[in-house]
Amino acid sequence: MADANVNEPITPRKRRSSGKRAGLIIGLVVILSGFGYLVYGGLGENLVYFLTPQELLAKGTRAFDVPLRLGGQVVPGSVQWNAQTLDLRFKVTDGVKTIDVRSHGSPPQMFRDGIGVVVEGRFAKGGLFESTNLMIRHSNEYRPPKDGHMPAEMYKSLIKGSSAT
Amino acid sequence: MTRELGSSAIMVAMGLAVLGVPLAVNGAHTGRRDLVRGAYAVVYTNWALLAVANLAMVWALVSHDFSVSYVSQVGSRATPLFYTIISLWGALEGSILFWGFILASYSAAVVWINRKREGAMVPYAAATLLGIAVFFNLLLVGPADPFKLVSPVPADGPGPNPLLQNHILMGVHPPLLYLGYVGMSVPFAFAIGALLAGSTDDEWIKTTRKWTIVAWGFLSAAIIAGMWWSYEVLGWGGYWAWDPVENASFMPWLTATAFVHSVMVEERRGMLRVWNLSLVTATFLLTILGTFLTRSGVLSSVHAFSNGPIGYYFLTFIALVLVLSLMLLAGRSSELHSKGRFDAPVSRETVFLLNNLLFTVFTFTVLIGTLFPLAADSIRHVKVSVGGPFFNKMTLPICMALLFLMGVGPALPWRRAPKDFLKREFGVPTAVAIVVAALSVAIGTRDWFAVGAFAFGAFALTTNLRQFWIGAAARMKAHGENPFVALARLVGANRRRYGGYVAHIGAIATAVSIAASSAFKAEREATIKPGQTMSLRGHTIRLDSLWGQEQSQRVVIGSTVAVLDGQREIGRMNPRLNFYRTSDQPIATPAVRSRASGDLYLNLMAFEQDGSGATIRMIVEPLVPWIWVGGLIVVLGAAISLWPARRRVWGTAPVPVPEGGDELPALPPRLGAPRPIPARSAVSGDAP
Repeated sequence: MADANVNEPITPRKRRSSGKRAGLIIGLVVILSGFGYLVYGGLGENLVYFLTPQELLAKGTRAFDVPLRLGGQVVPGSVQWNAQTLDLRFKVTDGVKTIDVRSHGSPPQMFRDGIGVVVEGRFAKGGLFESTNLMIRHSNEYRPPKDGHMPAEMYKSLIKGSSAT
Repeated sequence: MTRELGSSAIMVAMGLAVLGVPLAVNGAHTGRRDLVRGAYAVVYTNWALLAVANLAMVWALVSHDFSVSYVSQVGSRATPLFYTIISLWGALEGSILFWGFILASYSAAVVWINRKREGAMVPYAAATLLGIAVFFNLLLVGPADPFKLVSPVPADGPGPNPLLQNHILMGVHPPLLYLGYVGMSVPFAFAIGALLAGSTDDEWIKTTRKWTIVAWGFLSAAIIAGMWWSYEVLGWGGYWAWDPVENASFMPWLTATAFVHSVMVEERRGMLRVWNLSLVTATFLLTILGTFLTRSGVLSSVHAFSNGPIGYYFLTFIALVLVLSLMLLAGRSSELHSKGRFDAPVSRETVFLLNNLLFTVFTFTVLIGTLFPLAADSIRHVKVSVGGPFFNKMTLPICMALLFLMGVGPALPWRRAPKDFLKREFGVPTAVAIVVAALSVAIGTRDWFAVGAFAFGAFALTTNLRQFWIGAAARMKAHGENPFVALARLVGANRRRYGGYVAHIGAIATAVSIAASSAFKAEREATIKPGQTMSLRGHTIRLDSLWGQEQSQRVVIGSTVAVLDGQREIGRMNPRLNFYRTSDQPIATPAVRSRASGDLYLNLMAFEQDGSGATIRMIVEPLVPWIWVGGLIVVLGAAISLWPARRRVWGTAPVPVPEGGDELPALPPRLGAPRPIPARSAVSGDAP
């Protein structure tokens, strides 16, 4: 490493390089603060809160028209599904409050009364949650299906090959 | 019996690794080769013991030995043999066991290859690798013990997570990821070794660069395979969602990519030395952080397996590594002066510097976006998620800039570019980029990032291909070779450089295809009866029938769909839903029909139990297959640049490569230039 300094020119060059270094540091600070500002703004705009119906209603007007995730259970008997228009309506509850949800597109195959769901979307002023994405609440402990939901039983007619042609 | 064998192998490995660290450190410190040889023997033995433990686990899985806790957790008599074997990495304990084996294998390979090398760096590196092995062996005897005794022995088990036994890529993506992730331990070990030995010299660069490219190649392949898996299994027609586990694999890739570029600046100009050590350390830390995120259960995902105390082990380890490496770096930084300086704003090293700045900003963005929800949850107790729009908004401009630099860097010379250089070198690529941009707007691209990706991609592709053309043309002229021979010998004689350009071309293919497939993705969903058709973007399908099939581990409900060209049937597809016995949710199994122009992707969303109708999601995505092909090209590039040089070089004499190249003889050092650049043959594996 010593030989690195052997030819090192004297002061004028040195001064210039220290000026350069200051410039570099200022440049870096400017870039970093710009970056920090962008990240802060970007995060603020794109945070999606995960709320229960009760928490959602407690937010009042602040909950209107921002991206949200709503978690809860499908109220039994509330599901209205139109297979032709792909229009799906149901209610989500956390046991305290209930919220009307409208979604477009077919629900996941296992969507049914009482199941835990997460709906992504926006809460409109009229009190209707417009969902853009409907997910069954995932549990990492994979439970066997409950009685009455055994696929081999439920879809017997298909398995036997008696499908419509 | 199997249980005891595996369990004791890990126990002994743990004890040996604990002894091996001081042995290696002592040997390195005193220079006593007998101690060093002893430490190397520990490294080999650790490998053998972990191989035994892994084989014992595979045997226990295959023989359905449910007295082994891990088997009782992921095994099932109904699971097919292939998925039984690969469930070795299908849950927490097994994946740590497999991790330990990969780490041991890398360590043994590193020590074996460098066993004759003098000096303290390799022994210190071996000590570091053994130190990491201590941590993983500790997990295996403690919170992630896969060989616990289960009593009474159950008759059968639940089988692996259904999502993880639904596609053959589960046999590909995880091993590649481990090879990439764990491989980053090697450059880190050499960084620590070099710092401890006080020899951060060319030797360090050469060894670290090679091992980083090995791990980087595997990690690139793993990320692409993970995207492919997600595309083939999750049924939403996408491949990247900025999911925390995806980010976890992506962050070390970003820093490693930065390193494989900036290490060239150190090699050629003796600059960025502290920075390179920091990048290697950061990459390693990010792999451990990624493992913490995906394995500790702080995130809920298909990768997160449990909520045990294992998270604290990881956090402690991360803190330990961070503090120790910072102390080492700080202690040695006075000896790590830059030997060179930047001469001109327009030069290859400046492009590398910008490249590194962008990759660093990229990494921080992804890191902040990934960790923010965890911080919000633990500090403010609110559940938030950082949406994809955040990542896209922040990172797409960076991607554009990186594509642009990928086109600039290869053409620029080191030190400074001659006056008319820019016009001469970039005139054609710029014209190509403008034409492509105009064309893509003309055909209706309104997504400006997609236009940018096409234009910058065309620019970068042109300059990278041009490098091959310039080099091959020079050979054709000098030796009268035909174009193919000239190209093959050019690449053969300068593997590193052209391997890098091949990787660039792969990355461009992937980037452009991602842009095209997201900008032009079209989808619709409809409920149709057998015999009815639906169309999207010129593709027409007809539902023919619904059927069911009972298999040992699952019930498959499938649909037979005809792909039509007018009235003519040109193909059949079978999107399915798989109902695993152990899960209350069906697993989507989309059908994909790939052509060079793009994919037709069908997903069975729902069906009538009597077979009278089905809801099908139809997605048309252009260029998707080229994402995977681009990934393969990237890996090919890494392989080319690593391919060992032959003793005897083809051709009669080395051909000087025209300007812009690594192989250009270094400019004579100007007065006051810090020091002559080391001859290339001394620092690289490629014989000129």
